[in-house]
Amino acid sequence: MTAVPTAGVPTTGQDDLLRVEDLKVHFPIRKGIFFDRTVGHVQAVDGVSLTVPRGATYGLVGESGCGKSTLGRAILRLEEPTSGRVLFDGTDVAALKGEPLRQMRQRMQMVFQDPLGSLDPRQNVESLLSEPLRAHGLAGGKAGIAEKIRGLLDAVGLPSAALRRYPHEFSGGQRQRIGIARAVALEPDLLIADEPVSALDVSVQAQVLNLLEELQERLGLTYLVIAHDLAVVRHISDVVGVMYLGSLVEQAPADDLYEQPLHPYTRALMSAVPVPDPEIEEERERILLAGDLPSPADPPSGCRFHTRCPWRQETRCDDEVPVLRELGPGRLVSCHWAEEIRDGVLHPRSPEEVLHAGAATRPGTGGRARDDDPTPFLGRDQPLPRAEQG
Amino acid sequence: MTALGNYKRERIDALAARAGQLPEGDAGLSLTRSAFRRLRRDPVAITGAVIVLVFLLVAAFAPLLAPKDPVTQYLLSEIRPGTIPGSQEGFPLGVDNLGRDLLSRLIYGSRQSLLIGVVSTVLGLVVGMSLGVLAGAFGGWVDTVVMRFVDIILSIPGLLMAITVSVLLGQSQLSLMIAIAVVQVPIFARLLRGSMLAQRGSDYAVAARALGVRKGRIVFGHVLPNSLSPVIVQATLSLATAIIEAAALSYLGLGDPDIARPEWGAMLANAQDFLSIRPALAVWPALCIIVVALGFTLLGERLREALDPKFRR
Amino acid sequence: MSSLQAPVLEVEDLAVRFTRRGEQSTRAVDGVSFSVAPGETIGLVGESGCGKSVTSLAIMGLLPRRGVEVTGSVRFDGNDLVGAPDHVLRGLRGADMGMVFQDPLSSLNPTVPIGTQVTEVLLEHREMSKAEARDEAVRLLDRVGIPDPSRRLKEYPHQLSGGMRQRALIAMALACAPRLLIADEPTTALDVTIQAQILELLRELVVDSGTALVMITHDLGVVAGLCDRVHVMYAGKIIETADRRDLFARPRQPYTGGLLSSVPRLDSARGAPLTPIRGSARDAIPWSEGCAFAPRCDNAQDDCLTEVSGSTVPLVPDGPGRELRCRHPLEHPSAPSGATASGAAR
Repeated sequence: MTAVPTAGVPTTGQDDLLRVEDLKVHFPIRKGIFFDRTVGHVQAVDGVSLTVPRGATYGLVGESGCGKSTLGRAILRLEEPTSGRVLFDGTDVAALKGEPLRQMRQRMQMVFQDPLGSLDPRQNVESLLSEPLRAHGLAGGKAGIAEKIRGLLDAVGLPSAALRRYPHEFSGGQRQRIGIARAVALEPDLLIADEPVSALDVSVQAQVLNLLEELQERLGLTYLVIAHDLAVVRHISDVVGVMYLGSLVEQAPADDLYEQPLHPYTRALMSAVPVPDPEIEEERERILLAGDLPSPADPPSGCRFHTRCPWRQETRCDDEVPVLRELGPGRLVSCHWAEEIRDGVLHPRSPEEVLHAGAATRPGTGGRARDDDPTPFLGRDQPLPRAEQG
Repeated sequence: MTALGNYKRERIDALAARAGQLPEGDAGLSLTRSAFRRLRRDPVAITGAVIVLVFLLVAAFAPLLAPKDPVTQYLLSEIRPGTIPGSQEGFPLGVDNLGRDLLSRLIYGSRQSLLIGVVSTVLGLVVGMSLGVLAGAFGGWVDTVVMRFVDIILSIPGLLMAITVSVLLGQSQLSLMIAIAVVQVPIFARLLRGSMLAQRGSDYAVAARALGVRKGRIVFGHVLPNSLSPVIVQATLSLATAIIEAAALSYLGLGDPDIARPEWGAMLANAQDFLSIRPALAVWPALCIIVVALGFTLLGERLREALDPKFRR
Repeated sequence: MSSLQAPVLEVEDLAVRFTRRGEQSTRAVDGVSFSVAPGETIGLVGESGCGKSVTSLAIMGLLPRRGVEVTGSVRFDGNDLVGAPDHVLRGLRGADMGMVFQDPLSSLNPTVPIGTQVTEVLLEHREMSKAEARDEAVRLLDRVGIPDPSRRLKEYPHQLSGGMRQRALIAMALACAPRLLIADEPTTALDVTIQAQILELLRELVVDSGTALVMITHDLGVVAGLCDRVHVMYAGKIIETADRRDLFARPRQPYTGGLLSSVPRLDSARGAPLTPIRGSARDAIPWSEGCAFAPRCDNAQDDCLTEVSGSTVPLVPDGPGRELRCRHPLEHPSAPSGATASGAAR
């Protein structure tokens, strides 16, 4: 069980439903034949703090391996946090165990990425939906449960004929509706949706997104939506947090983030998301990043993004860890040079230059690519080729 | 929308109303039931099932089917060194070296072979599954202890283990069954544990945890039922190996000492002295062993396919 | 940049029918026709199960022979590949036509180093000595942006990251300077920043070496940035063909319009309403009974059904460079210059 720091508790806003404070989740890397030795740690989540106001939607975005899913699971205590606090309506969930933790689960629920995998293939819909009710002794009696289940199916737009059917008999979108119905069955306050639409066909994604919005309005839910798709996150979220290698690098109201991303990583991420509009695609500025994500077992020193950052500077970036600081109302960013980049004082370099600068100053220190490449890999593509032509 | 337009949308509207609804037919078909449906349509599985069923019926009704008593000696006057009477009136397959009717012995022998196969497999299944559930449900040090124990059993050669058990418990039908069961235990234990560990990490198990379902219910209500398929398949295949193993042990003289109960393996062992005189004495029991083992194997292999989620529609 | 050169690949009336014992045969691909010229990129767009991947496998001759019936013609340089003997196809694959798959890990042999896999292709199709093949492999890996290629040659697929594996796979596909490259969801398994790198690589390839590229994807954003001409597929048939600008500015098939208005866009405001298409691909009706999309279509009328109109919906020319399979297409009254699809679709 993690130690709970009591000193220096920041004042909790009255209407903050979820408050995560300096949460860390480190997975030990074990080796050994007879006795497992811990040889290192994967720092999946490394000191994340965030706040979700009641009734709001917080979108967590980042690429695979950035720790966003682990963070979501750690908040629900489906992963054990290494340290830090998860204050849910004032209670530290990270310190709960046993029956109190199980009781608490009633109030915070999860929607999974893979709608088929998250449903027990041997349960029919009736059994799937009644399980949480039975587990918490809700809705009393057979009749009560049956009525409640009908209401749930109705709420997610499934016919009551679905009751006797098994998960494999439904389409992907319908399965996700079942998953959502099961999650809201306990009338939770918080719903954490981990990539809720990424496994679905394009034409069905909008149905599920609309359903989530509708349910939020009707049931007064608070959402933490985790996704790799910036467009999905922007569409559904009030506030967006961008994660890179286990930490939050930027947080801003959704529209502000799009209007003016402050962190170099956010800018690169945003420029990489394809937009279904040829005119925009041709005129956009493309910021191509050098190489792959470094290994979270051996993260780069200083700013974790400095090995791939087109704006990396000679000073501070390599050795000084940037803190998340406020740059405007509701705008948090962890970059030493955020103002200079925003004001156009600093200019990005091409991926080649990023590589050479990196190789010259820190041969083989930190920032090893995931496949143990001592030099960060370089995309040979020129940045902004279209912009230059057009 | 004009009146004409409204008129023109009747049929399409009926079609549109069905979009997003559930497809008809096969409604509410659970995985187990759809697996059985597939098995019922599978000629290979049916062949296996028919073979097994025939042998089961023969074993059950042996006293009615056998033309003669399996231990009574006949035609003793015709048995001389170098000649054993073959097929003749009243003895369709002839008699063995002691004048006992071969067909009747084969029919009665099916009882012993199937009994030993089934009992030893069930025994191995029960013990192996208990160990597997223990390891798979608790994990941690329980898992380590149980699995090292299982590894030790596994590291002893099967036949040697069976001989040891026979020697320790004395030669009897029961010790034969136990000997074969002991060899099966590690297989079932490892299979179930591996399967449970894989299922425990699956999304639906995590989802159940997130819902606040109690741990016992997650393990026994979700993880265990979903881990059983490979064990069921293995049990079917094990029936075949158990029968072969029983025959092998009987052949080595470690079988049932009661001569009143004919057994295919013992018959085979006995027949090898007379191979040059009457090979049929060896061929028939061998054939029975092969065919019944084949029946179980066919059934098991097809069961594997039917239960495999990859083959699910 | 469409070209006036003769097409490298002409697919005509391609149909693929799967037959399984004891079950009704299904038509995965049904009368698909298109062509690609050198230096041109075309997109085959559709959702899972629309037949786009089966189309690519049929072109490459990679479908199993048993239980699969391929009809129509696939002309590569004028030679029909449908029913061509295996050795002819094998000679073409790798040498003249390359293919990149969605999952780079399962497309690479896990027990053989990357370098050997690349040189194998070279030794098979180009008369090279081992040393020459090795040098060429280094050059290829460098070209697709794999750093320190001579060291990478000795590494196994699992030692590379997802983006690197996809690059290695592209390097293999490029080994013999193929004139046609078929990329089946090449970036779906990758992160967006890596996707951007790979797409840039493909773009460069088409421009620099005049390779004809067939891009198969479900992602309209990828199409918008990469493809010259786009074919939208639904339930095994092409339902709309247009140049990329026309397609996104004025989608005519309600399915295309529906797709465009149902994806959240990065450049649309928070909470901008999404108009989903109802139902799912499962609701498609057989083309013989009418337009497969009709049950999900808001524009559908009774004559979309064969029993009313008396004929199946044909693919007909629809203005310059466009083809359309729809009886009640979306109308775009005001000549929209630069208007985007989201406004026009509904």
